[in-house]
Parts: sequence; C-alpha cells; structure tokens
Amino acid sequence: MAALTTPQRPAARAVPAPARRPGLVDVTGSEFIKIRSVRSTYFTLIAFILAGIGFSVLFAAGQVSHWGNSQSGIGFNATTPTLIGVVMLGELIIVVLGALTITSEYGTGMISTSLTVMPRRVVLLAAKAIVFTAVMLAVSLPTSFAAYFAGQAIFATKHASTTLSDPNVLRAVLLAGLVVPLFGLLALGLGAIIRHTAGAITSLLGLIFLLPLLAQALPNSWYQAIARWLPGGEALHPIITTGQSGQAYSSYLFGAWGEFAVIAGWAAAALILGGWLLYRRDA
Amino acid sequence: MIEARGLTKRYGDKVAVDDLSFSIKPGRVTGFLGPNGAGKTTTMRMILGLDRPSAGTVTVNGKPFAGLYSPMREVGALLDAKAMHGGRSAYSHLHCLARTNGIPRRRVDEVIGLVGLEEVRKKRAKGFSLGMGQRLGIAAALLGDPEILMFDEPVNGLDPEGIRWIRTLMRSLAAEGRTVFVSSHLMSEMEHTADHLVVIGRGKLIAEAAVTDFIAGSTLSCVQVRTPQRDELELAVIAAGGTVQPGGDGELEIRGLDVAQVGEIAHHHGVLLHLLAPARASLEEAFMELTADSVEFHATTHATTEA
Repeated sequence: MAALTTPQRPAARAVPAPARRPGLVDVTGSEFIKIRSVRSTYFTLIAFILAGIGFSVLFAAGQVSHWGNSQSGIGFNATTPTLIGVVMLGELIIVVLGALTITSEYGTGMISTSLTVMPRRVVLLAAKAIVFTAVMLAVSLPTSFAAYFAGQAIFATKHASTTLSDPNVLRAVLLAGLVVPLFGLLALGLGAIIRHTAGAITSLLGLIFLLPLLAQALPNSWYQAIARWLPGGEALHPIITTGQSGQAYSSYLFGAWGEFAVIAGWAAAALILGGWLLYRRDA
Repeated sequence: MIEARGLTKRYGDKVAVDDLSFSIKPGRVTGFLGPNGAGKTTTMRMILGLDRPSAGTVTVNGKPFAGLYSPMREVGALLDAKAMHGGRSAYSHLHCLARTNGIPRRRVDEVIGLVGLEEVRKKRAKGFSLGMGQRLGIAAALLGDPEILMFDEPVNGLDPEGIRWIRTLMRSLAAEGRTVFVSSHLMSEMEHTADHLVVIGRGKLIAEAAVTDFIAGSTLSCVQVRTPQRDELELAVIAAGGTVQPGGDGELEIRGLDVAQVGEIAHHHGVLLHLLAPARASLEEAFMELTADSVEFHATTHATTEA
C-alpha cells in the first residue's frame, strides 16, 4: 500500500461549483461510464452479435446445402430466416443486459451509493434507459443489417436472396434491430420493479414466452382477441416477416408497426411502474 | 449541519427508530453510538434520503436530502464499503460517481491519491481487501469535497493501521471545520475519535452530549481519596455539595466535585491525604451504564444532557 497522506483542506475548494444543477445530462454521462466499465456489457453484446449473425449464416448455409446442386430457391422467403437469430436469440441475451443495468446495482448494493449521489431517483432510471437504448441501437441495428446481408450473400448463390428494395424488407430488417432494445427496456423496467436479476429475467421470460403459450390454451376466439396485445409469440410475426410470398401473418394481429408499438407499450408500462416504485419505496 | 426532529421509522409494528431528535454540528466528530440493531444505519439512510421516515423530518444544511443542489458537494457518505460493483475498477467506480455531479476527472485522481490507492486504481474492486474497499468508499465520500461526511461503522474489520488512518482522517476533516458523523458500536474507538456523542438504544435517543460530559456523568467517574481523617473530609465534601461513598481498599469515592476541588477542601480543612486521584469511567463503562438503564426503565429515563 502506498504511503498514506492526510488530506489538508486547501485554501480554495478542491471541487469547483457546478455549472448547473446536476441532472439528466450528468447522470446519463455517469450511466454511460457505468455500462462501459463492466465486462458483462461486452460479453452480452458480443454474444448477441454472434447469435444474430451466426444464426443467419448457419440457417442460410443449411438451407442452401439442403437444396443441393439441382434446385434453386426461387420463391423462397429469404428475409425472415436471416432475422430470427437477431430477434429470437437476441432478445434472450439482451434482456439479461437490460435487467442487469439496474438489478446489478441492487445485487451489489451500489444502488445506495447511486441514489446518494443522485437522490432524484426517476432521473437515475431515465438515464439508465437512455444509455441502454443508445448502446443497444448502436449494436442491434448494425447487427440486424449484418445478419440480413450475411444470410442474403449465401442465399444469393441459389438466386434466392432478397434486397432491401424488395417490398417490406427494409422495414423487417429495421424493426428487427429496433425491437430487440425494446425487450431490453422491458427487462430494465421489470428489474426496477423486482430488484433482483434472476427474478426479473424469469418474469420477463414468462411474459414473452410463457404468457403467449398459455394464451393459446384459451378458447380460440379469446386467444384471437388478445394475441395482438401480447409482448411475444405470434405478435412478433408481423415484425419480422415481409408479408410476401406466403409469409402473411394471422389477420387478428396488428401490422408490423402496430405490434412494434404494442411491445413499446409494454416496455413503457414496465418503466413507468418501475420508476414509480423506485420513487415510492425505500431504496 | 444535520438536524433530525422526531425522526421515526416503523417496519410494520416494529419501531426501528423512535422519535429521534438531534443536531450534528460542524467542526467536530460526532460519534453515533448504539448496540447493533439500535437503528444507527436506518437513521443514516433516512438522513441520505434512502429510506423514508414514517414520521418526523431530517434535514441537511436546512434542506431535505433530495433537495440539495449538488448532493456530492454537500454530503459524502460511506454506508457500506462493499456497496459497489465488484467488476468495475476503482477509477471507473469513482469516475461514474463524480460524473453525476459534474465533478472533474482530476478530482478522481486526487482522492485516489488521498486514500493511497494509486497502485490499484485500474484494478477491479472485486479483488480488494476489506481495508482497500473501505478506502475506496472513503474516496467516494471525499469526491465532492463535502462539508458533511457520514461514515457507518468505518473501522469494522480493519487492521490497526487502517483504524488509525481513519481516525486521523476523521479528526483532520473535523479540524478543517467539516461536520463528521460516524457510527460505531466500538466504544473504545469512539473514545479516541469523537468529540461529541449521540447515543441511541432500541431506536430511542439515550444521550446527546460531549464525550467528556458523557463520561463525567457516569457514576463510575469519581475522585478517589485515601485519608486517615475520613469523617472530617466527608463532612467537608458534603458541605461543598459532593457525595461520598466508601470504595474498595479503604478509599472514599467522591462524586460531584473534581480533583482540584477535593484537594482544596482537604487543604482548607487541614485534612491529610494519602491518595488523591481521578477515576475516570471509560466511554464503554459509561455507555453500558446508560444503556442498561434504558433497557431497565425503557422510555422513562431520558438521560439527555445538553453540552
């Protein structure tokens, strides 16, 4: 240990007065330092990129080899399979990062320190959501496009590839990259509500996987009435399909942007409830 | 300046903090004493706005904590040295905290130097010893160069060198005119560090007094005298307003007068003294005496002495 010094009070204050009252901008800066200074961020983001692109490449390569030399894939919907990895595997990974953004603070006790330096709690949660969204968009949108192009490059050998200018393809690629951060935000909101990593992730998986499954056990008319409002299951179909070449989705669902808005609504509701509880409860 | 008025925290029907009122003033180290579970941490958390009081108020520089303009510049707190993300380096931990209040990066390096963690600044906090973690927590508290510092059990688990370092640090912070509020259940430690005491038991205020008054108020503090002229001295002492009790070894224990007064009385009355010595209760003894009372009589004895 280095030699210890006893602090002497300097004539002038050691810390200059703030230019303004510390607020959202400062806390957002702080949250950005937090998210990039722990390894788990990099691990989860790399896992997400690998899963998104890897699934697309593997699926495309498998499909192409399945067709063999004689056949070609004309008429095949080549867009959706290249996005399934980004959305379905990706959401599994990204919800962990989203939940950890706040639950790791409860797990370590850091939350007390964070709220002592920034007692306006809703500002803290807002900063977390902003930073998480920004980091996710910077990763998930390029990943979505990379997964799409990597898959199409392989499908192109069988003249089955699509291009972004084909109907609704750009929308599907874009929405795939946009919807993944929404699941992360939903996890962040649940994390603020449940304050425990495993609990938040488990309840999130229940919400996006189990709930749609259970809903299917309902009488058909009931299921058709609620399916469009669920944050998973069939409701994802409009988002990652192009609606072309036999890829039409069930008519009782909203369209692509509609279902995207439903998931955004779930994320917003979780964040608002989480923010309210953060404000109300003892830390 | 920290001021609590009627501060109360209930969890269900369990009262953790019960109608506490005190003021923590600048320029001195105020020790916050009480047995484990007395409500010290809960009180500190309410001061910091982490827990909401069930009743009463507590203000920091006249404002509720959440109303502070730049919290880190006004209050630095160390509640739990382990309350940080172990995967983050010491530097990043301090940097992310500093950033919330717009504190420049050079101050992060400064406080790392102040607590002597330069060599491990880029190391992840996970691998830190208890003492290093405590230093990092103190560095965080010092970041904003605050006027008020709060430490919850800062010497827990530290080696003697670490304890001495923290003691020196707290003394010098108070000497600089800052408010230092430190909780502990280690009486001997507080006796060396604190000027003033807030003593609680079962969430209730037992005493708020200067350390010297607190100890002097103990029945264990007295003047011990040995004299062949016991009766003469006893009468003279009682006449002067003191009380006399026989002690062990044929000594007399005089209370209500100090050593100088007893010496003068003896001299004045021509009483021969073989022994004249102050017997000072330790803080621990004074504390045990008071808390035993509080347990015995519950709320009926509020031995509150104002300094």
